[in-house]
Amino acid sequence: MGMTGRIYRAALCAAAIFTLSVISFGPSRAEAPGLPTAADPAARGLAIAQESDKRDRGWGDAKADMKMALTNASGETSERALRFMMLENTDGDGNWSLMTFDRPADIEGTALLTYPHVKEADEQWLYLPTVKRVKRISSANKSGPFVGSEFAFEDFSAQQVGKFTYKWLRDEPCGDRTCHVVERTPQYEDSGYTRQIVWIDTTDYLFRKTDFYDRKDSLIKTLTYQDYKLYDNKFWRPGELAMANHETKKSTRLIWQSYAFHTGLTKDDFSTASLERAR
Amino acid sequence: MAKSSRAAFFAVIAALAPACAHADDLSLRGTIEPELRLFTQSASSARQKDTDISVSGEATGKYMWGDGDQSLIVTPFARLDQRDSRRTHWDLREARYGLVMGKWEVRLGFDKVFWGVTEAVHLVDVINQTDLIEDPVKQEARLGQPMLRLRTTQDFGTFDAFLLPYFRERDFPGTNGRPAYDIPVDMDLTRYESSRKERRVDGAFRYSHHLGDIDFGVSYFQGTNRDPILTPALSSGGDLVLSPYYAQMKQASIDAQATKGAWLYKFEGYWRRELGREYEAATGGVEYTFYGALGTEGDIGVVAEYALDSRGLMARDPYENDGFLALRWTANDEASTSFLGGAVVDAETGAMGFRFKGERRLSDDYRLSAEAYFFGNVPRRDPIYSIADDNYLQFRIARFF
Repeated sequence: MGMTGRIYRAALCAAAIFTLSVISFGPSRAEAPGLPTAADPAARGLAIAQESDKRDRGWGDAKADMKMALTNASGETSERALRFMMLENTDGDGNWSLMTFDRPADIEGTALLTYPHVKEADEQWLYLPTVKRVKRISSANKSGPFVGSEFAFEDFSAQQVGKFTYKWLRDEPCGDRTCHVVERTPQYEDSGYTRQIVWIDTTDYLFRKTDFYDRKDSLIKTLTYQDYKLYDNKFWRPGELAMANHETKKSTRLIWQSYAFHTGLTKDDFSTASLERAR
Repeated sequence: MAKSSRAAFFAVIAALAPACAHADDLSLRGTIEPELRLFTQSASSARQKDTDISVSGEATGKYMWGDGDQSLIVTPFARLDQRDSRRTHWDLREARYGLVMGKWEVRLGFDKVFWGVTEAVHLVDVINQTDLIEDPVKQEARLGQPMLRLRTTQDFGTFDAFLLPYFRERDFPGTNGRPAYDIPVDMDLTRYESSRKERRVDGAFRYSHHLGDIDFGVSYFQGTNRDPILTPALSSGGDLVLSPYYAQMKQASIDAQATKGAWLYKFEGYWRRELGREYEAATGGVEYTFYGALGTEGDIGVVAEYALDSRGLMARDPYENDGFLALRWTANDEASTSFLGGAVVDAETGAMGFRFKGERRLSDDYRLSAEAYFFGNVPRRDPIYSIADDNYLQFRIARFF
């Protein structure tokens, strides 16, 4: 009995300590170690963004197929299909990408090559297959819709940590996880947004939701990240991104399929010459 | 298409047939596009009518294997025309094998190559012959060119070398064709400076690169000028016709574009030596785009360009001292609706040309386009005088499958 009593007391004690620690530190106990405290929201916000970026390092190169489903206010849908090639760029300037359209049929084979930058303008080239022409295009079009969708060009191209300033707002539950809620403000020219509010979970530092505020600072769009899958035991990718426009009531879903990492792509596959190749 | 080029094509196909046996990626796509043209003026010849119905078709077969490093692409094109037997024609736009080995790339067969940066006139683009009957005014359609192309892409730029073993003649409208020159071109009377005629082997070289905001290319071409000299002659039937003469030329050219925010600055220029004469031509201008114009999702682009030719009115190219202004509106909607209005004014003769084009996707598989071409104030001495009575509207519906 004495034995059992001691074990019982120890168990009770452990449970009490655990409960106390959960109460005192809350869900934030799961957050990344070394995050600045709430006393410095700017540093804490930046550190959260950097942590999210850091955890996704090392994927090298990737290939994926994307379906884009556009739904208008009356519920009519149309679909686009694209193929993506991506090359990780670890110098903070952003990942290189080459996307090729498979559908709609009239723009089949049209391809876009992007070298993003944080300080200077992004470099972009468009390939027009009917005239076999590679055109350097202006990357000043940040806020315009991407092929008639609810995604703007900047929603794809401006994702580098250095393109924003940050402010941590709060931590709060999001689904079955806890999220850091961080406000980020675009520091690049020609953005259509005054600010964005992002929900990043404290477990894997994955984006869960983004609210976009337009130039009049009213909530214009919400993006939710769904069906995260783990690839190569290391890299999380959302299976679906759903963008809802609160003003036009239109929406666009991006469905990502057949992700493959470390496929052997090199810089040679992201040249203006490779744009012209039928891939 | 001439017999020998057809033979060359089938030889290429036959040589590559075993490779196709282990193709692991095959795709087949095509387009059918009916067309209606309405001419708004009375024709200069009784054989030319005010309406024309026509249909074109294009298919692309694509084999890829070896992880996409090897490819075989065949794109035949054909058109049936109600009025003009010359416009009823077919062409191999592409029929080529491609091999990629790291920084090196080889292509063999019929292919299309575009050089240049400007929108209105394409001066330095000389590899492919113009398909004049497909696109008689804007002249942007090209015939497939048999070639061997070797390319390497290095950190300091891209080098292309071309061997062009066979020359493709420019196609012209027949006597019933419209728009057309008042005097028909008789392709039976074609003459060449080279004794090897269309078998003269041409060569070209290009270096292109981009440094920051600047994209540029330096090119050299030596061989048969794609642009014929047309001289009056008598046909075998004794009628007055134009006879095409293809001279040998050497061309050195540069093209460059600076991309500064929403501004694009463009320049193209060449130096040529032909029939013992030297001449130069240049074009350039600016393009500016208002993104999200007038509070909409759409963009408005403005293009202003100018073209100059040292030959003046003697130039075969109609743009010898001409200014261009175009407005392009892109709706950025689901249907990819766009509208373009452009004007060209000859500073020498005062002649004017206008072009309007509207386009939109009807569903995922259809695209509707409407175009209009109008000429005004064209004096007899202007190079476009001959087609200035051929104002027309053109409607096309493309069905993709």
